[in-house]
Amino acid sequence: MPTYVRTDKCDGCKGQDKTACMYICPHDLMKLDKDGSETGHAMKAFNQEPEQCWECYSCVKICPQNAIEVRHYADIVPLGGSVQPLRGSDSIMWTIKFRNGTLKRFKFPIRTTPEGSIDCYGGKETAKLENITKSGFFTASGGYRAGNPAELIRK
Amino acid sequence: MAGEFGNPEVVQEEVDILFIGGGMACCGAAYEVMRWADAAKAETGIDLKIKLVDKAAMDRSGAVAQGLSAINTYIGTEQDPADYARMVSNDLMGITRDDLSYDLGRHVDESVHLFEEWGLPIWKTDENGERHDGSKGMPALKDGGKPVRSGKWQIMINGESYKWIVAEAAKKALGMDRIEERIFIVKLVNDKNDPSRIAGAVGFSTRDHKVVVYKAKAILLAAGGCVNLFRPRSVGEGQGRAWYPVWNAGSTYSMAAEAGAELTMMENRFVPARFKDGYGPVGAWFLLFKAQATNAIGEVYMVKNKELLNDYPPYGQAAVPASCLRNHLMLKEMREGRGPIYMDTVTALAKLRETLSPREVKHLEAEAWEDFLDMCVGQCGVWVGENIEPEKKNSELMPTEPYLLGSHSGCCGIWVSGPEDLGAPTSEEHAEADKIPGYLPKGWNWGYRSMTTVKGLFTAGDGVGASGHKFSSGSHAEGRMCAKAMVKYCIDNKDWKPELDTSPEQLVADIYQPVKTYLEFKDYTTAIDINPHYITPKMLQFRLQKIMDEYVAGVATYYQTNAHMLAVAEEKLEMLKEDAMKMRAKDLHELLRAWENYHRILTAEAHMKHIQFREESRYPGFYYRMDKNFVDEENWHCFVNSVYDKNSKKWTVFKRAHVDLVDKSKLFKPAAH
Repeated sequence: MPTYVRTDKCDGCKGQDKTACMYICPHDLMKLDKDGSETGHAMKAFNQEPEQCWECYSCVKICPQNAIEVRHYADIVPLGGSVQPLRGSDSIMWTIKFRNGTLKRFKFPIRTTPEGSIDCYGGKETAKLENITKSGFFTASGGYRAGNPAELIRK
Repeated sequence: MAGEFGNPEVVQEEVDILFIGGGMACCGAAYEVMRWADAAKAETGIDLKIKLVDKAAMDRSGAVAQGLSAINTYIGTEQDPADYARMVSNDLMGITRDDLSYDLGRHVDESVHLFEEWGLPIWKTDENGERHDGSKGMPALKDGGKPVRSGKWQIMINGESYKWIVAEAAKKALGMDRIEERIFIVKLVNDKNDPSRIAGAVGFSTRDHKVVVYKAKAILLAAGGCVNLFRPRSVGEGQGRAWYPVWNAGSTYSMAAEAGAELTMMENRFVPARFKDGYGPVGAWFLLFKAQATNAIGEVYMVKNKELLNDYPPYGQAAVPASCLRNHLMLKEMREGRGPIYMDTVTALAKLRETLSPREVKHLEAEAWEDFLDMCVGQCGVWVGENIEPEKKNSELMPTEPYLLGSHSGCCGIWVSGPEDLGAPTSEEHAEADKIPGYLPKGWNWGYRSMTTVKGLFTAGDGVGASGHKFSSGSHAEGRMCAKAMVKYCIDNKDWKPELDTSPEQLVADIYQPVKTYLEFKDYTTAIDINPHYITPKMLQFRLQKIMDEYVAGVATYYQTNAHMLAVAEEKLEMLKEDAMKMRAKDLHELLRAWENYHRILTAEAHMKHIQFREESRYPGFYYRMDKNFVDEENWHCFVNSVYDKNSKKWTVFKRAHVDLVDKSKLFKPAAH
């Protein structure tokens, strides 16, 4: 699979036209079964092409009901393990269960600023057209590496 | 009027600048473009109309969707862009454009500094040499903070939300009214009055029954590399677990080719040796944890087989041999029956434990797991399913099926105009220069940075060929370079009006043909997928993968081919291309797959034609032409480029001269004995 959606948790994002998992899947895999004709479970999402799943976990991380989990590729991986995240605003917690029952937990930071807080041009330089064909960007954070001219052997 | 299946609504729009894609490159372009557009408006009164379309959602689109555990290109203050250009050249067996690599090297750190400012946690080293994750409030890189180098060019990050952060800045810069997601562009359109110029692009919504027809003066095509053109090693559920993202469908190369853009080095491919089946990253294991790779009986093949490197002077004598040559040494063990190949994680971690405190050991374990969890959770899935704890059990390594890309350790892509201040050639001086079609530019720059040989068409990231090793940060920087040049192009062409060479009605009919085919024939048979009048996109993809795997040096033949096998592939691909016109689409999702697979076929054809043309084996370990199993510096130390004619459906392949802009002799040491 890949990802699977638990019938006891998915609420179809409360009847909106588009679920969070449909919104986010980079490969257009998640689909809302509005009338239940495709899965027998009306108003719940499912992975419509599991053999194309990259296991990128985008849907798992974004699901507001934590209804999406992963049963790793059945043609490769023995059953029984699980790797499940809980993604917060500044960190992500992972619960890792081995087939033999061994359990590990990890927590990692994911960003140092509040989500939505980026002030992309705040306090930044403006651009001037006289520089448009010159090397360099409009920003000047000290990251432009001019290089040693002696290294350029054809100049 | 809202459309319906088979009868889509048609939306026509005219813009100045169109960005196709939403990955790192287009996010970089989105950020850079607005400041220059503002300058254009303030200084010339030109109000540029700008739009970005992405086939997915920008928060999680492109190759960085899942996250990353490292930024692989950060130059820093100690290294020179020339050192970077040398490294790129060496890893790609000498045939890269120093102008492009060097230019990227001088720009890339500006983007990395922005990522950190926006909130990406970057690991730091303190004055005692201890590592800290990026949330500990240590000085930023731009203020002298010391990154954790897992290699000469790589820095470690807590990168689960890397793309989310970069997309937030891009979306804010452009504004959501300039962005449309779930739009899949499938064709570029040339100008009616000047076929060497771009005039627009067409595609469709994967959510609504809607076809979009854009006219644009300047287009940035940055839609990633190509995955799943070869049969993957796993063919059941696991076929989605490609190393590179499975949604990279060759759209960049195929659409550019059909628009007439010159491609370069399409014979190049990347075959990463990764943890088997999950394809988890090995960089941190090799570079940070100092693990070694061995054959089944514990022999380190890079030591055991080092004399094989002498077959490929001077590249074999580099301090760090090229990625393909490292594969070459591994493949000898596999072919001769000494597999499986292992990453010796047990020894590496035991050695590290000898000098570390229990607290540091715990931190080390977390680092090892984070390396996967940040960018390849699927590998953790393999480890938990197989009860692999790296301190107790070694993990298998395996070279993957081939991928085509221009941003990682690969250099296929599109031939673009480079910077003018680095001494790049401005003419073509070599024996076969007369075979280059006369209408194509001479030399390495023709006015606008990152413009292809089609006027107004730009590319970045995986799209730019003959460079490579730009990775996430470099792709962002390359997108920013495009944005500047595109604004300049629009100012210079302010009075020019694009006119499409094909009518919108015809374009709509072409795009929706698979739907029409389905609706016309679906009731002919009882089983929806088996019908003599059409082929499903899935079966067409299997056919492509079978051809490429068996004849064009896939895993089935240990990456080996020859002129005879290529001739068979050529014939089969031509029939496949014809049959692609008979693909069906039973819904919008399948229409997406149909066009992705059409893009894959054209990309695969380019790959095959280039391997056929280059009569040597430039990348031992990535592919072997067994009839020309050598590196031939005298005749093939050159670029192989091509153009496609969308009317005759034929390729023209030719050489362009290679020159060094920086001295490469510093790379090489005397032969190993």
